[in-house]
Amino acid sequence: MRLAGKVALITGGTSGIGRATAALFAREGAKVALTGRDEVRGRVVLHEVKSAGSEAIFVRSDVRLADDCRRAVDETIKAFKRLDILFNNAGVFFPHTVPDSSEEEWDQTLDVNLKGTYLMSKFALPHMIAQRSGAIVNNSSGWGLVGGDAAAAYCASKGGVVLLTKAMAVDHGRQGIRINCICPGDVETPMLPEDARQRGLDWDEYLKGAANRPLGRIGKPEEIARAVLFLASDDSSFMTGSALVVDGGGTAD
Amino acid sequence: MTSGSRPAGQGVLEGKVALITGAASGIGRATALLFGRERAAVALFDRDEAGGREVVRAIEEGGGRALFVRGDVTHDEDARRAVEGTVAGFGRLDILFNNAGIIRRDTLVESSEEDWDRVMAVNVKGVFLMSRLAVPLMARAGGGVIINTASVWGLVGGPRAAAYCASKGAVVLLTKAMAIDHGADKVRVNCICPGDTDTPMLRNEAGMLGEPMDRHMAQAADVPLRRVARPEEIAQAALYLAGDASSFVSGAPLIVDGGFVAS
Repeated sequence: MRLAGKVALITGGTSGIGRATAALFAREGAKVALTGRDEVRGRVVLHEVKSAGSEAIFVRSDVRLADDCRRAVDETIKAFKRLDILFNNAGVFFPHTVPDSSEEEWDQTLDVNLKGTYLMSKFALPHMIAQRSGAIVNNSSGWGLVGGDAAAAYCASKGGVVLLTKAMAVDHGRQGIRINCICPGDVETPMLPEDARQRGLDWDEYLKGAANRPLGRIGKPEEIARAVLFLASDDSSFMTGSALVVDGGGTAD
Repeated sequence: MTSGSRPAGQGVLEGKVALITGAASGIGRATALLFGRERAAVALFDRDEAGGREVVRAIEEGGGRALFVRGDVTHDEDARRAVEGTVAGFGRLDILFNNAGIIRRDTLVESSEEDWDRVMAVNVKGVFLMSRLAVPLMARAGGGVIINTASVWGLVGGPRAAAYCASKGAVVLLTKAMAIDHGADKVRVNCICPGDTDTPMLRNEAGMLGEPMDRHMAQAADVPLRRVARPEEIAQAALYLAGDASSFVSGAPLIVDGGFVAS
């Protein structure tokens, strides 16, 4: 149990990578606080996490709103008395070029993916600084390192997450807090078929394209969760400011 | 072997066979010890026989399995003996950790051609010679993992280390090229980019630079985490890349540097 006695807060914990990470963290002994906008899905995942034998809470909140972020952190501290790990995972995606992207989509993408990471970290860090320990893991993307087609706002937001990670690592290293990000490639989450639908592409064709990478397949949420576990645990005790690429070799070429 | 004599660990590498170059000291030594604790059978390859055999003994005393092959990664015959010795001893090869490396602290102008050639031979050609023997074995077995030790100075430049930077930059891109070529055979290829780590190599650099040791080590600790790495911390990164926990990771440089390149 690599997270025994630790308390983790996971945003976007109701589906995909967040959901898989919550379950893995619980199996590794962490107490888990989940956030999400969907109360019903939140309760389902909460049940899963508790079944893994751990204490857990769900806080309905939207990472775009400062009050919600503050409440998510406060509720976590109230329930579990400390905060060791923050996984800034909530993210949205719209498949559009700059001219095709509405201002609303742009704002939503940047607010959820980038400002949400800022807000959650802003409220979590004082607790970690007081403890003189903590690990923050941000969910960036392979498309935070290289450009992708018709994904302008997403690429901008995820590139922002990579550099926000580095800036926070520089600021808070001497306080004993490590901040890293993961850069997943295409992963079997609800985001993927939704992308295919919005692009008007047949799912099989879409999947064939997504699997076109050195390992010849897309990732499983559990494989990304294990990268998050590595960065959240003491196994990565000398890592900070790093971007861990988990993409089946997708950005190696 | 009874369970009582098993090395303490979680058995992350149970049933796996690992070959580690430069295994007699520093990061290689720490990784050999960790892999042994995690129940891999470990083959150690190094020029330093006394150091290598000491690590083998430590792994065996912990209840693990290990063997030593003396040789130089720059010689194809030695590389061949290392790979063949591993397979002869343990029956297979699942993990190759290309870790052997050297540094010379000179500018391009100051460095001799011999030094340049030697740095390239150990740090880059050694990876080539070892990997070209290991990949076909792994492909036939249905997959495998190669981990290369690059450096943060394979990503950003450093002072008076021209040949080293060039060699480690080459390792980063050789890693990516191999990941592309051998992914279809389920061979994952990644590299680690350590920052300054408390190894004999780091301490030797003080002499090469003509600096007092305490000043050299203080400069090395000038990173966001305010310290140098312990070899065991780099070994943990190698363990993550060697095990199934990183099953979707290939072609990636894993930076373990206390925040050095972030700033």
